[in-house]
Amino acid sequence: MESRRKIIGFFAHGLPLLATLLVLAVIGVIIANFVIGGVPAMSWEFLTEAPRNVNTEGGIFPAIYGTVLLVFIMTIAAVPIGTITAIYLAEYAKKSSRFAQFIRFAVNTLAGVPSIVFGLFGLGFFIQTIGAGIDDFHHASKMSNLQEIIVVAPSPLANSVSAPVSEVKQFLRNTDESLWIEQIRRLSHYPDGVDAVVNTEQVMTFLEARSAPGWGKPNILWAALTLALLTLPVVIVAVEEALRAVPQEVRAASLALGATRLETIRKIVLPNSLTGILTGSILAVGRGAGEVAPILFTGAAYSLAELPGLKDQFMHLGYHLYILSTQSVNVDDTRPLQFATTIVLLGLTLALNMVAIMIRSRIRRKNKKN
Amino acid sequence: MTDQPQGKQASQIQKADTSSLSLVKKERRLGEWMIEKGIYVVSTLSVIFIFLIFAFVTREASPIIGHTFSGESSDAASTLSPEDRTRAREIVGSDYPILLHDSKIAIDALLHDKWEPNSAYPRYGIWPIIIGTLKSTFVALLIAVPLSILAALYTAFFSPVRIRETIKPIIELLAGFPSVVVGFFCLITVATFAQTVFGFEFRLNSVVGGFGLALAVIPIIYTLSEDALRSVPDSLQEAALALGATKWQTSYQIMLPAATPGIFAAILLGLGRAFGETMIALMAMGNAPIPSWDVFDPARTFASTIGAEMGEVVFGSSHYHVLFFLGVVLFVFSFGINFITEFYIKNKLIRRFRGNE
Repeated sequence: MESRRKIIGFFAHGLPLLATLLVLAVIGVIIANFVIGGVPAMSWEFLTEAPRNVNTEGGIFPAIYGTVLLVFIMTIAAVPIGTITAIYLAEYAKKSSRFAQFIRFAVNTLAGVPSIVFGLFGLGFFIQTIGAGIDDFHHASKMSNLQEIIVVAPSPLANSVSAPVSEVKQFLRNTDESLWIEQIRRLSHYPDGVDAVVNTEQVMTFLEARSAPGWGKPNILWAALTLALLTLPVVIVAVEEALRAVPQEVRAASLALGATRLETIRKIVLPNSLTGILTGSILAVGRGAGEVAPILFTGAAYSLAELPGLKDQFMHLGYHLYILSTQSVNVDDTRPLQFATTIVLLGLTLALNMVAIMIRSRIRRKNKKN
Repeated sequence: MTDQPQGKQASQIQKADTSSLSLVKKERRLGEWMIEKGIYVVSTLSVIFIFLIFAFVTREASPIIGHTFSGESSDAASTLSPEDRTRAREIVGSDYPILLHDSKIAIDALLHDKWEPNSAYPRYGIWPIIIGTLKSTFVALLIAVPLSILAALYTAFFSPVRIRETIKPIIELLAGFPSVVVGFFCLITVATFAQTVFGFEFRLNSVVGGFGLALAVIPIIYTLSEDALRSVPDSLQEAALALGATKWQTSYQIMLPAATPGIFAAILLGLGRAFGETMIALMAMGNAPIPSWDVFDPARTFASTIGAEMGEVVFGSSHYHVLFFLGVVLFVFSFGINFITEFYIKNKLIRRFRGNE
């Protein structure tokens, strides 16, 4: 009996230890794997140069730039909203408040939504609705002109003589600008087309106006806003935790001295929880920098000649890695580049996470004291 | 200028000062009121976003429920005679894409076992995708659940405090690994290793992908289980020890059962993550839509299908709407999981455990 108990005890102690060691070993293997594979390919040129020869040579500077710009815009969008929500939850909402519980539920749900669904939302909402809406608004006045053009000249822009405006809009939105030019050319050489020739200029004017805003396409702004939604819960949770770490007595003292609630928050609570807001931002940036699924079809691009502005698509470290390792011209030959890209991405996110975890554990210790 | 008017002016200024002071106070009060309302409004944004996500993803998917698609399919479907439609119902998908004039046919077509969106006669049967998602999620949980709960037991009860303080952040660091990196690791290292050792017929399959998903899920289940285990009152442990139980008996027979609801919630959240994970499934699972329950076959999941195909899809086509429909499934599933977890936890009165996280 006693020996049986000892044997069970041995396993009861041993299995948890074994499991823990196994998990730690896997983490170690992952890191070692990338360090060994990637460090030889790492160089100053790799970090500062653009890719050459269909991404099989050269560096990843545009991808680093794109990732940094992306998370920068994302942070500007997510941190203020997240901080304000956290202020409401920590400072204003009563514990029993139904409304606050509702918000908390929404935040938790938001945290659990698969990242690819955010991508779909970005496509359906930011690009197809907001972006296309801005575009439509921008040239709404030109629309009637267009209809005239289409009706007068049986146009290759649409298949039938009187194409509905919606169809033409759809066509223009989905078609490359270079193709438009092609269409125009065909339009002007239309056999019976005196009218058509006359109208070419009009069509050109319209198309120029049409192409001016161009928000209804994937770009870095929509991708960043999509990511901001995804990282919002991260910010909210981290900031709320930091706000709660400010001792209640400090608030009481401030209120007793005649300060209003808002003044207390602004001058006492927020300055005392700046590190927490910082943690939230860092965690959000770390999370956002590594997410690829939401940007797959909201703005990431395989290869770009120039560094992106707000309305352009962008290169991204994670997306670059995904493309290089699964769809590139020569997957095996670019292996060292893939490993080196991984090191940069992993180094970026892990460094951010480690800093955040360190600050966080300090806050937690403070929290426990209260 | 004499002194008198100056004095008058001065007193006037003084008067103006006091009145403006109260004005400032009033303004400030109004300002504060507005700012506080603003805080209130901004804090509702999270709720609004959830609604928006649901509304827009559903809106883009809605054409497949009972109504016509724009473009190819509606033209194709409208030219069919009733006999043809009946025949199409019998051999769903072998004719035109989902015949959405008829929601019954649509459902049949969706549950068909061929996913061939790019063939001349596209078919959108999601059965292979359902199977792929289920089996890879199952593999992931089979690996992740025992490992992470045992690890949680170790750091919660068996390890010295200092070791716990080191191990916990390291495992949490795993959560910070971008999923594309984990996917890449599985694609290159794990797949090759597994094929050499076990001789898999397919290099990329549900086991390799499931292992990757497990890596993504382990930190979630571990952290939440550990918190659940540690939030069990110490008095239970002390009582058990005082009655002569050993350390491990207390841990397994008293503490573990007491933490069951929290651990169950942790597993559920892990399940949600594995179910919806995109990049790992996309890179390490072989991506073939085969209706096979064999875990050593390649597979694809809901998320990886969207990720792989949404980039090239024609806006407004059947394919586009069906992909959004897959997104609705993912959203509803994750929402359901969170709903259960949230209310399960609340019922069991261990809200603390997520409140701190």
